[in-house]
Amino acid sequence: MAATQSATKKSKKPEPAMSKDELFRAYGKMLLIRRFEEKAGQLYGMGLIAGFCHLYIGQEAVVVGMQHAIDSGDEVITSYRDHGHMLACEMDPKGVMAELTGRATGYSRGKGGSMHMFSKEKGFFGGHGIVGAQVSLGTGLGFSNWYRENDRVSLTYFGEGASNQGQVYESFNLANLMKLPVVFIIENNRYSMGTSIERSSASRDLSLNGVPWGMPSLSVDGMDVLAVKAAGDAAVAHCRDGKGPYLLEMKTYRYRGHSMSDPAKYRTREEVQRMRAEHDCLDSAKKHLEELGYSEEELKKLDDGIKARVQEAADFAQSSPEPDEKEIWTDVLVEA
Amino acid sequence: MATDILMPALSPTMTEGKLSKWLKKVGEDVKSGDVIAEIETDKATMEVEAVDEGKILSILVDEGTEGVAVNTVIATLGAEGESAAPAVKKAPEPEPAEAPKAAAPAHAKTAPTPKETAEPAWGETKPATVREALREAMTLEMRADKNVFLMGEEVAQYQGAYKISQGMLDEFGPRRVIDTPITEHGFTGMAVGAAMNGLKPIVEFMTFNFAMQAIDQIINSAAKTLYMSGGQMGCPIVFRGPNGAAARVGAQHSQCYASWYAHCPGLKVVAPWSAADAKGLLRAAIRDPNPVIFLENEILYGHSFDCPTSEDFVLPLGKAKIEREGTQVTIVAFSIMVDVAMKAADALAEQGISAEVINLRTIRPLDIATIIESVKKTSRVVSVEEGWPFAGIGSEICMTVVENCFDWLDAPPVRVAGLDVPMPYAANLEKLALPQPNWVVDAVKKLF
Repeated sequence: MAATQSATKKSKKPEPAMSKDELFRAYGKMLLIRRFEEKAGQLYGMGLIAGFCHLYIGQEAVVVGMQHAIDSGDEVITSYRDHGHMLACEMDPKGVMAELTGRATGYSRGKGGSMHMFSKEKGFFGGHGIVGAQVSLGTGLGFSNWYRENDRVSLTYFGEGASNQGQVYESFNLANLMKLPVVFIIENNRYSMGTSIERSSASRDLSLNGVPWGMPSLSVDGMDVLAVKAAGDAAVAHCRDGKGPYLLEMKTYRYRGHSMSDPAKYRTREEVQRMRAEHDCLDSAKKHLEELGYSEEELKKLDDGIKARVQEAADFAQSSPEPDEKEIWTDVLVEA
Repeated sequence: MATDILMPALSPTMTEGKLSKWLKKVGEDVKSGDVIAEIETDKATMEVEAVDEGKILSILVDEGTEGVAVNTVIATLGAEGESAAPAVKKAPEPEPAEAPKAAAPAHAKTAPTPKETAEPAWGETKPATVREALREAMTLEMRADKNVFLMGEEVAQYQGAYKISQGMLDEFGPRRVIDTPITEHGFTGMAVGAAMNGLKPIVEFMTFNFAMQAIDQIINSAAKTLYMSGGQMGCPIVFRGPNGAAARVGAQHSQCYASWYAHCPGLKVVAPWSAADAKGLLRAAIRDPNPVIFLENEILYGHSFDCPTSEDFVLPLGKAKIEREGTQVTIVAFSIMVDVAMKAADALAEQGISAEVINLRTIRPLDIATIIESVKKTSRVVSVEEGWPFAGIGSEICMTVVENCFDWLDAPPVRVAGLDVPMPYAANLEKLALPQPNWVVDAVKKLF
């Protein structure tokens, strides 16, 4: 409890958690996610991406700030709103976009789609379509590190909607009982599909949801990449010290609908506009960078490079072949 | 008037137990609530408390005696000055046939010695219970591979709810034999996540009934991730525990899940019958790189079979075994229903009908070739399962036969299955709900 309260204060006034160069790199990653998702939205509109497609626009600071707090070899797992996490893990935008368009060159060779992508090489364990299921799975990633007695940490992301699932609390209990190195990250974007947090959760401060299990926690301004990084550093250090799991509530916001087919009648246009205008993670990071001496020109050049990279990914995704029909029968079982 | 102290039934499936220790001697006074003896059941070591007061007049079963049937008179209790002799004589035979029946189905007591239990190619065999065979399989695989571990409710300090994991905590320590809280959904997901990261968990469900809490993780996470990841991320994991009806535990604890799991691509489903099956198939399941559902049977845990002793003994998944050869009808069964099928085959032999009994061993992938080959020889097929008939394994077997060897059939395929009702509690009703050998005999005779 004490940890949470002091941390809340702390997150309002973050220590400079990143060097100038690091912030520049973080800004680039957030921008890549933003541009990538805008392009994915366009391709969806063109019928090139189908099914469920959940965009991450607005929440970029969460995943980028956290990624800067971990090392290679640590694991990341999340739900179906996963494109940003994959790009933050440095998975290739071409492979991600090609999976979105259902092509053979996608990360899952066209058999997973938006919600089901993985890269063992990059430490990304999905991409899971069942709300809350990834929380137990992420606890298992932490378990495997505990079992192997290494000092790796697993980042387990879920939304505030998933935070009401029973297995989330089962996982909290297991993780702190066994002192597993898991950072649980609630991405509280205020709406679980169309149901606001006020209508879905009796808990008014989600960072307190780990208290019954004795889990330390922080409530963080998830629109500020520096605040996220600072909180991530504290949480990851706690895990690496063998003290068990840590809970972070990231207060964030998604600008787009729950998925592409969401009419978003549950909130006002003004609310979205206000968040974009006053709290956008890219705007605030950009302002920081300008204060640190980056020129408008340098930042424009960065954006242009990213736009070109995303266009390249989109071209790749559209020109890649669909999977061979024989692929329908592969990967059902590993041949023993 | 002397009172008999009877061997108590201390678990729903207990038909006999070991009288491990007497805590009172002849001549000692006993008060109600005193612990008088320790008894080892099929699940645990339990203390027996005295119900009546008096002096121990005689002890009729020595400590250390194994296989003491439930309701055997183990001691007599009497008033001061009473002599032991008459009590022993009087020791009535309290309907010895009936009482055990209430504790377990009749066939639990008399497992027939199958004609061909051992795998001849594996050399020397010795008698082992299914429980011991399962424990040995896990122990050998854990010695061989550091990535293999066991987790579940009561598997470690309690030594296993059914004593399958007895002694394993001592050998492997608390990092590899792990007690979990009673939260199937959470710990199953945790195990699946660990498997995705390269470990090889064995998850023990206290019974498969409780795995329904976790079925989303088994199907949606364990079974599908390999496919959804384009082959990148497999899930080498074994989910094991007792499946199907035990005895007198009612509807929520008596259900066969073979058909549920067999429906799903991405899973393998195994159901051993004998100790050799249990040992050989569990070792194969642990080594398999895929998620394997390993359906055990609580009643079979205490049954003894000849089992190969070879350190290398392992059986292939996906291969059925002909337990008894015959020429006129094929009976296909799995798990404890192999007992029923074997008894039915004995009865049919007496009536001049030669039945072949196939023990499926693996349900998915189904050994279609062995079934077809047999049916082409016998021209008749009867499936036997204790699960419900609708969309059951029997339906799959019958359709497989129709699709593959319709022209060889002399009669329509027939299913024998448990009744299409939740399991009742009452002893007579429970017996009516589960396939008996005479059901199979009747089904076969209609085919001629």
